[in-house]
This record gives sequence, structure tokens and C-alpha cells, in this order.
Amino acid sequence: MRIFAKVPNINFMAQRKAGLWISSLLSIGVILMLLLGSLHLGRNLNFGIDFTGGVLVEVVYPQGVELDTVRQDLAAGGYHKPTVQYFGGNQDVLIRLAPEDKASSSEISAHVLQALGAEQKGVQLRRIEFVGPQVGDELTVNGSLAMVFAFIGIALYIMFRFEWKFAVGAIAALIHDALMVLGFLWIFQVEFDLTTLAAILALIGYSNNETIVIFDRVRENLINQRKGTIYDIVNLSVNQTLLRSVITHVTTLLVCTALFLLGGASVHSFSVAMIVGVIVATYSSIYVSTGLAVALGVSREDLLPPEAKEIDETP
Amino acid sequence: MQPYATWKYVVLIVVMILGALYAAPNLYGEDPAVQIATQSGDPLANDFGEEVDKTLTAASVTAKRSALANQQWLISFNDEASQRTAADALKRALGNDYVVALTFASKTPGWLRSIGAKPMTLGLDLRGGVHFLLEVDISDVKKKSVERYLTELPAFLRKQDIRYVGRHQTTDAVQLDFADADKLNAAKSALGKEYSELVLTVSPATPLTLEAKMSDVEAKRIVDFAVKQNLTTLRNRVNQLGVAEPLVQRQGQSRIVVELPGVTDATQVESLLGATATLEYRAVDDSDANAAAASGVIPPDSELFYTREGRRPVLLKRDIIAAGSQLVDAASTVDQDGSPAVSVTLDGSGAKKMFDFTEKNVGKPMAVLFKERQVVTNYNAKGEPMREHRDVEEIISIATIRGVFGKRFQTTGLQSKEAHDLAILLRAGALAAPVDIVEVRTIGPSLGADNIRRGFQAAVLGLALVMAFMIFYYRVFGAFAIAALVLNIVLIIAGMSIMSATLTMPGIAAMVLTMGIAVDANVLIYERIREELRDGQTPHASIEAGYDRAFLTIADANVTVLIGTVVLFAMGAGPVKGFAITLALGILTSQFTAIVGSRSLAYLVFAKRKLKDLPIW
Repeated sequence: MRIFAKVPNINFMAQRKAGLWISSLLSIGVILMLLLGSLHLGRNLNFGIDFTGGVLVEVVYPQGVELDTVRQDLAAGGYHKPTVQYFGGNQDVLIRLAPEDKASSSEISAHVLQALGAEQKGVQLRRIEFVGPQVGDELTVNGSLAMVFAFIGIALYIMFRFEWKFAVGAIAALIHDALMVLGFLWIFQVEFDLTTLAAILALIGYSNNETIVIFDRVRENLINQRKGTIYDIVNLSVNQTLLRSVITHVTTLLVCTALFLLGGASVHSFSVAMIVGVIVATYSSIYVSTGLAVALGVSREDLLPPEAKEIDETP
Repeated sequence: MQPYATWKYVVLIVVMILGALYAAPNLYGEDPAVQIATQSGDPLANDFGEEVDKTLTAASVTAKRSALANQQWLISFNDEASQRTAADALKRALGNDYVVALTFASKTPGWLRSIGAKPMTLGLDLRGGVHFLLEVDISDVKKKSVERYLTELPAFLRKQDIRYVGRHQTTDAVQLDFADADKLNAAKSALGKEYSELVLTVSPATPLTLEAKMSDVEAKRIVDFAVKQNLTTLRNRVNQLGVAEPLVQRQGQSRIVVELPGVTDATQVESLLGATATLEYRAVDDSDANAAAASGVIPPDSELFYTREGRRPVLLKRDIIAAGSQLVDAASTVDQDGSPAVSVTLDGSGAKKMFDFTEKNVGKPMAVLFKERQVVTNYNAKGEPMREHRDVEEIISIATIRGVFGKRFQTTGLQSKEAHDLAILLRAGALAAPVDIVEVRTIGPSLGADNIRRGFQAAVLGLALVMAFMIFYYRVFGAFAIAALVLNIVLIIAGMSIMSATLTMPGIAAMVLTMGIAVDANVLIYERIREELRDGQTPHASIEAGYDRAFLTIADANVTVLIGTVVLFAMGAGPVKGFAITLALGILTSQFTAIVGSRSLAYLVFAKRKLKDLPIW
């Protein structure tokens, strides 16, 4: 079965300016949204208790239960404004209490269960998590630092292996990808917890993987083909690696979908972030990283290995 | 085409066998077991096994296996009923000096264990349990040492005959006032020699003041010391709980992680972890305590306390006969009347003082003062923690000294649970600094089992999807890639088992993700082979070129993913660390399996054949 018997010949670089514009605008949009959200002027990311601090209780009812009943029970027990939602089916209920609701005691589990009427109704405690606000604040700082360090580390590596214009392109693509995922999580209010952060950091590495494959091919083509402008060579390289990109993304998407479908709630936001990120990475590796490197004026000389000096004179 | 070097096949086969061996223990599952350790943490006696055997025979329980493992005695059973019977019998037979805990033991056969193969540790999110994050109150540590200097420095100066006119305490320093510059300078040089850890500054205003402050290095050292001491104390307390495989570990500068697998009731543990309780034995002052309480005039060598029962005021001498720090052992017990008590053993100096005191005071009353510091944390409007300490000081018993005693005696007046907890606290020692619980996560056992099941299912589905896709798309080469992928998973599991790394739910996610990323290396190679074929190369040359050219690209791409995981490992805690380790390991092993593994298969199958085309599309 010779599908794709030919290397495609798509002029990707023709739309590079449009691509860069769209990406910049989208990125700025997401940054603005997140800024407004964190200043409490708009909707924020749906941070999990890892970041906000607070109490999270997961309980299972023997039969399906109405969320309103749960809310009423909790209100009667003195817990106001809890977030109550189904977690899986309608028997599994997740309750989130704000940090100021109660001090640092795990006695809260007993209180909550009592308020829910656990004994009479046969409600079972699945898990209870308490996170102090200072831990959450620290995590926010550390998490942001982690991203910055990852960016710096990757940029240094690409500068070492390739060239600074490529490094700029690659980092732009990584920031773009991270922002697009955050934007998606923001719009659909997917919970952002510690594993979601892990997904984004893994994505940064993964998406860069794409970029490197293209850069590598650009370098190889520059060395092997003395003809052709940089523009042509980049186009050729993107076309040559296109199939590989698509297939890799397909396999990664397959496993992430498996996680999404069967992995359960604890890896839900992880798999959502991965799926969105993988899709975005396909685009950004072509238009943001490579596009930007071309826009920055990457040239043949930048990438060629230093050649041995030709001998001009022979005695 | 050059055949693939023989040594590469040898390496591959050796790696496969080792991987399979070290991953194997994870397949065997677990038996219910009982784990025994000494209360003190000392190694078990040489003939301990015989004692265990005798007890088990007496209880008519048959053990499946009974052996020493990591300085603990581990006995596994065929069923949970015998496990329980045995645990009860052992608890009774061994008494208070041993911790007997229910646990699970791997069914790994002996020959595998003898080469050091063991199953992966499961994180709390997979097997249930309680996770605590404790914060050591650093400001309290600093305050205490400033208080110590406030009495020590003046005492030192008095000994040196250097007069000061006043002393005060600021939040982090001690200030001493002097009448003239000579005295101040004398004090400064004397203190500078004796207390090199202090930074001394002179303020020229009147009165002349010398400020002594701990240097940053010293401040860091005392905090470090306090955290380490707390770590030891908490470890002791946790050991007393009889939980199998507890984890007590420092995290960062001032935090301590405590993880107790299998525990579901966080409340009891929590009160024990944070508590600082101790006992003091004091003489009773005969003066009228009611009058003193009413007037507020208290004799200078006495202090006023209230009894726990009935809140009756009692005057106690300031002098302490014996305190918690002089205790060498404590056990909860019942006295002759059957009411709960703590039986106490004092060390040499405590015993001597107690003996001297009781000898002179037969017929007179002696009081037991119970001191407990409870930490209450509330949060203000900004969400900042406001820590308040509430000191509880109550007299739990006043008894008439009936005879002379020294080393061993009993204290009554407690409730049953209190006697139990107090015995644990006394035995484990006091915390050097109060701790505050900043994070508690309790995961029920059913959720853990659920997570394992879901993770496993997701992994199987992921593998099946990738397998179907690769074989459909790359034919026999797809099968090579899948063989490499399966080897990769085996190697990840083997590597995690060897490193004793903890498998968490995010770790399973990382394993699933690795499947997707690992086949990327093969995709890269195969697409390259196709390209070479399209360019008119022979099949053999295409295979060689595909593998050779793709190697560096794959390495480059993997390095950047590794950078991300290293950062994640450095900042992350618990489950996320598990994710980082698993992903990093998976990428490293995939560099080997996807390239060497699939290449040797390809060469094995195709090197000696005459080919017109390759079945790769």
C-alpha cells in the first residue's frame, strides 16, 4: 500500500507571516485573559486546591444523589458556598470548600461526613485533601519558575546544537503552545492542578521535539544542497518531515485519548491538556518556530559547519 | 548490507533478560503479612525467629514465610484470617517493646529476591493512605534561642565581672545596656571570644547598647538542627503507630513529609504528630491555694495551677523533681483499680532526685503536672496562617507519697486514650519546635484500587491502539516497533523497581505517554527509510541510512523532553515527581529500544535476503 508515495510539496512558508500574526494575536489575547483573571477582573483559570489551598472531599453514595440535596446537607452543617459537582457518575460527588471555611484540621472529614448524614445514607469517603494556602502560593511561584527554567534550559540546548535564531523560534513556539493550552483550559474551565502543570511541562519538551526534527532537516538540506534559497530549503524540509509529524502526533494522540477515556478523573485534565497541546504543537512547529527563524533571517552560513580553509597557494 | 554486529545482539539479549528478571516481581502480587520491629529501632535479637515461631505454633497459625527483611521481621500468610490471628498473638506475646503492624509482602520467589529484584513501590494515590505535610515553626526556634541568650549572656558577663545596667529582648536579638564605653568594649571583646556565632553591634546612643544577634549561618544551623530533631521525634512517633512502611522525610528547608500507607483515619494521627506533651513531677506547697488564687499573691518559690478534675487551684513548688526529658520509658497500663495509667521509668539522675525527694517526704502529697502545647491555626482574611499556641497546664493527679521510690512508678488520673497517647509522646520525645500541618491528603483504599485498574486499562488500550496503527501503517516494521515498545515498557518497570522509585497515577500517565513518544523514534526512522526508497536507494541501503541518519535527531529531540522532566523533578513533590521519573526513564530506555532493538530485528529479518522492495508501506 503505497500511500504518500511522493513527498508533498506544499508551500508552507507562503503563509508564514499570516501564521505569525495569528499566533501573536492569540498569544497576546490569552496573556490578557489570564492577567485580567489573576487581577480578579475576569474569569480566572480553574485552579485546583493544589494551587488555591482549601479542602476537597470525594464521597460515594450507594445510590445516585441530587447535587442540591448535597448542598442543602452541607449548608445545614455550616458549610456555605461549597463547590459540589459530580465526579464520574451521579453517585460520586466532589465537594470543594474554600480555605477560610475551616482551619487546618482533618476533623473536617468527620464534620463533613456527619453533615452529609453518612451513617444513615451509607456515604463512603473516597478521599479528603487539605492544602494550606501558603503551600498553594508556593506552588504557583515554583510552577511558574519551573516553566521559566525549562524554557531557558531548552533555549540553551538549541543554541548549543543549532543557532540563536532557531533558539528564539523554538522558545516562541513553546511559549505559544503553553499559552494556547492555558487558553483552552481557561475557556472550558478545565481544572488546573499539579498534574496539569506536569502535562504542560511535558508538552513543552514534546512540542520542541517537532521543532528540532524540522531544524535538523533544514541543516541537513543546507549542507547537502548548495542550490536553492533558504526559503525553498525550509519549505522542502517541512514537507519532508510532515508525514513523520502527522504520524507521531497520531500515535501520541491515540495514547492520550486512551488516558482520557479510561484513565479516570485523576488524569482527566492531564489528558485534555496533552491532547490540545499535541494538536497545537503540529501547527506551531511549522509556523511559529520555523516561521520565526526564517523571519529572523536564518541563513546558510549560520548553520554550516566551519569548513576547513581552502588552500590558496601551493608551493 | 553489513550484518548487525554480534555484540549488539548480545547486549540486547542481556538487557532483555535483565529487564524481564527485574520487572518480574511486579507480576507476583502480594500476600497478607505481619511486620515486626523493635519499638526503640534497635536491631532484632538473633534468636528472634525462634520466638516468632513459638508464638505462631502456640496460636496454631502456619506462616507461609518468615524472615528478616530490612531489619524488620516479615511473616507472610496465605489468608487474612491467619494474618489477624497471628498479629494478635504476636502483640500479646511480644508486649510493648515491639511494633507489630499489618502489611503486605510480595510473593516474589526467593531466587528472584536473591538477585535483589523487588516490586515497585506504589504511591499513596494507588494504594490509599494519609499524606501529611508539616511545617516547622522556624520563628519559634529563633525566639527560643534568643530567650536562651537573654539569660546566658548576662550570666556570662557577671562571671567575667563586667557590669551591665540593663537587658532587653527584640524579636531576633538581645540588647545589653552599659554605663560607659570601657565596660561596653570589655563586654564586646569577651562576648566576641566566647560566642563567635553572634554578631555584635554597638549603638552609640545613650544608654550605650550592645546588640547581640545570631549570624545568618548560626540562624540557619539552629533551624536545621531543630528540623532534624523534629524529624527524629516524628519518626519515633510514627513508628509507635504500628504502620507498615511509613515515610518521614524532610522536604525543603523547614517542611517534613509524613506518609502512612493504609491509614484512613487522619484525625488520630494528626493530633499525635503535632502534639508536644510532657509531664512534670512537683512538690505541693501547703499554703492556702484558694487565697492565693483570689488575691493573686503567690509565694515566690511556687506557681499556681488548677487540677483537671474540678478546676481546683493548687500551689506547686517551682522546683521540678522529674520531667519528661528524664524519662527513659513509658507505657500505658492499668493500675490496681483498673483505671488507666502510665507506667514511667526514669533515667539515673531523675531516679536519684525522685528517691531523695520521696525519702524525705513520705506522707506528703506530690503532684503530676500535664503540659501540652496545642497549635491552633486560623487564617486571616488574606489567607495567611495565624498560628496561635495554647498552652494547657493541668494537674492530672495529686497523690500522697506512700513509700520511697525512684526509677519506676505509675501515674494515674488520665483517660484511657490519653494514657495511650501520652505514653507514645513521652517515649518518642518532645518536638524541638512546634509543627503546623499545612497539607493533609487522605486517599481511601477503594480509590487507590480504582486508580490502578483505570491506569492499567488506559495503558492496555493505548498500547493496543498504537499497535494497530503501527502495524497497519508500517507492516512488519510496525511489528518491530511494537516489539521495541513492549521491551521499553518492561525496561521502565524494571528500572523503577531497581531504583525503588514510587509508581503514582501521574507515573502511569507518563508510562502511557512514553508509548506515544517512544514510537516517534521509529516513525522518524521509518519515514526516513521510505524517503530513501523513494529516492531510488536499494532496500538495504535505505534501512542503513534510515537508522544512521535518524540517530542524532532522535537524541536531540529526547534531550529537550528530558530538560522538561528534570525541571519537573526538581520542583515537584509526590505524584508529580513520580511522573518526572517515569517519563525520564521511559525516554532514556526508548533511545535504546527504539533504535538498537528495532534495528536488530530489522537486520535479523532482512539483512540476508535479496530484496527488491521493503514491506514498509
